[in-house]
Amino acid sequence: MKEELDTTHIMDPVQIIRKEFASQIISETVSNNEVYFSVKKDSVVEICNYIYSHLDGQLITMFATDQRKTDGYFTVKYVFSMEGIDKFIIIQIEIEAEKTQFRSITHKIPAANWYEREIQDMFGLVPKRHPDPRRLVMFEDWPEDQYPLRKDFDINSKPPRVEGTYDYKKVEGEGIYEIAVGPVHAGVIEPGHFRFSVAGEPIINLEIRHFYTHKGIEKQFENISIDKAVFLAERVSGDNSVAHAVAFCQAIEKIASVDIPKCAKYVRTVLLELERLYNHVSDIGGIATDVGFAVGSAHAGILKEKLMQLNEHVTGSRLLRGMVMIGGVRRDVKDISDLSTRLSLLEQEFRDLIDFLIETPSLVDRIETTGIIHNDIARALHVVGPTGRASGIDYDVRRNHPYAAYPQINFDVPVRNDEDVYARTVVRSDEVLQSFSIIQQALQLLESIADADMIVDVGDIPSGCALGYTEAPRGETIYWVMMGDGKIERCKLRDPSYCNWPAIEYAVLDNIVPDFPLINKSFSLSYSGNDM
Amino acid sequence: MSIDEEIEIMGQRLHSKIKNIFGRSLSIREVDAGSCNGCEVEVNALSNPIYDMERFGIHIVASPRHADMLLVTGPVSRNMELALLKTYNATPQPILVAAMGACACNGGIFGNTYASGGGVDKFVPVDVFIPGCPPRPQAVIFGIMLAIDKLEQKISKREVVV
Repeated sequence: MKEELDTTHIMDPVQIIRKEFASQIISETVSNNEVYFSVKKDSVVEICNYIYSHLDGQLITMFATDQRKTDGYFTVKYVFSMEGIDKFIIIQIEIEAEKTQFRSITHKIPAANWYEREIQDMFGLVPKRHPDPRRLVMFEDWPEDQYPLRKDFDINSKPPRVEGTYDYKKVEGEGIYEIAVGPVHAGVIEPGHFRFSVAGEPIINLEIRHFYTHKGIEKQFENISIDKAVFLAERVSGDNSVAHAVAFCQAIEKIASVDIPKCAKYVRTVLLELERLYNHVSDIGGIATDVGFAVGSAHAGILKEKLMQLNEHVTGSRLLRGMVMIGGVRRDVKDISDLSTRLSLLEQEFRDLIDFLIETPSLVDRIETTGIIHNDIARALHVVGPTGRASGIDYDVRRNHPYAAYPQINFDVPVRNDEDVYARTVVRSDEVLQSFSIIQQALQLLESIADADMIVDVGDIPSGCALGYTEAPRGETIYWVMMGDGKIERCKLRDPSYCNWPAIEYAVLDNIVPDFPLINKSFSLSYSGNDM
Repeated sequence: MSIDEEIEIMGQRLHSKIKNIFGRSLSIREVDAGSCNGCEVEVNALSNPIYDMERFGIHIVASPRHADMLLVTGPVSRNMELALLKTYNATPQPILVAAMGACACNGGIFGNTYASGGGVDKFVPVDVFIPGCPPRPQAVIFGIMLAIDKLEQKISKREVVV
């Protein structure tokens, strides 16, 4: 059991907000650990900024909903996670159907940048005085008056391509030239565009343009049955299938007020950590690959393949798909003692691998002091996961907002302050060791209650909304689901990559171009999860 | 049969086919046209020391201009459509195209929507479809073998000038 954080000396932030903004709050709803404040439209910048700068709240996601049909307005919601307590504060404003503007908070909270531009593209709600109001998700060839996430937009329509331009930031000066990379890359990776401005080798500026893999996933959620939606969640970001599926299911289970069987919680925990294992091993191997250290890369490749074959042995899927269901899991984990032995052997192999890598000076030379992302920038952009923890941000959803079997399990959250590629590699390697230990503990718990239920019937899902969240291998993953008449009315998902991509633009500054792949790998971000 | 044995047998067959038709090796350019990254995980797995497809004469190349085959994943998102066509046009004839994964085959769970194109064959001619979500590495090797057979047929029917 972990120690409860002592929060008695801090006043509950919810009460502070109530007191401080009594005149601006229109209504308040509490459900589970989510507190919704409906506030006056004009006070939103002030309130959000107060939560961010005085209460240490982090903007973890932000989105709009189209409720014109039922209520006659759009809403915009700002979700904050509070330091030290397991609570989420959601500030919401209503926007009348004909007034499609709201005040931008990006100049106060930089993490809101992409969210606001996304809302602009998908809902046609314009963030007033946004510092960078260019298109984000829909490209310049998308017509002006089409907004995919509005309820009156038909998902199957194919709007024609129109003429349009997209202006990249220009860096000018003597000897400065641009390198454009992507969307089709030289390696086997996902598509995205990177535009470097360089003076010789050092990078002066990087502009990232993404959303090439935008597949309309959030709209698709609204158009498929709830069971199929779990499959869709598994395919938001291919190698983070379990984390996405569990986050989605937790949101639905929260709306239905269902507590899933203990056994299912243990199995979910095992799956979540198996996913972390093969991802982290792959990322550590990728660092060896990107410095041209073929032997290290080959060893990591073998270990990753063994882990994926273990995934297939346990679940039938190399990517652990098809196991998580609403209300629990599809199957039990068989042969627990055999699995436990296999994992111990793999753990030893991993220890040998990491010793080998960290004791190789030519590798360490390349990764120390490379790609630094300072703590203050990481905080401002809400950088999550191992990348955040390598920049001194002590935040892990498994501990800060516990779910599945994590409240019953002992584990540490590795944090470092050296902020570079080396730190991110070491944080990942420490997390791998924690994961092995978590799986062994979860397997023991599972063994102690053999032959129990794996799934509970959720029945019809009532109307309502809730947050589901997990710590994916890449970091905090958030789902906010709104149900109505047994159908998904809105599903906002936020992959950890969405928070971390903008940070790369800072991490590469003053580094040389050949170190970019290395820095990018150390962040290990998903394009598909980001683009949705 | 273990995975190692499976791969060894399929790999040897593949190797002799490639040697027959291409002389040395088959060069593949992978194009992610909006996949979830699951397929890329498996294509990358083919390069690890356990599958090591280079030993069978399969080579992933950095540019479509060096490629004999395009291995396309994803349902072809609206934003990737143009990049896919450019890549296809940059590849020298005769081109083999393999659509890898459920969404490359017909859009999969992403369907045919405002943002998802509903499958690779709606945009470029496809020679073989490799189903699976994602296909296992063995399935990818098998699919590549089928594609090579197709090229053999094309050559014998003189559809293409070699």
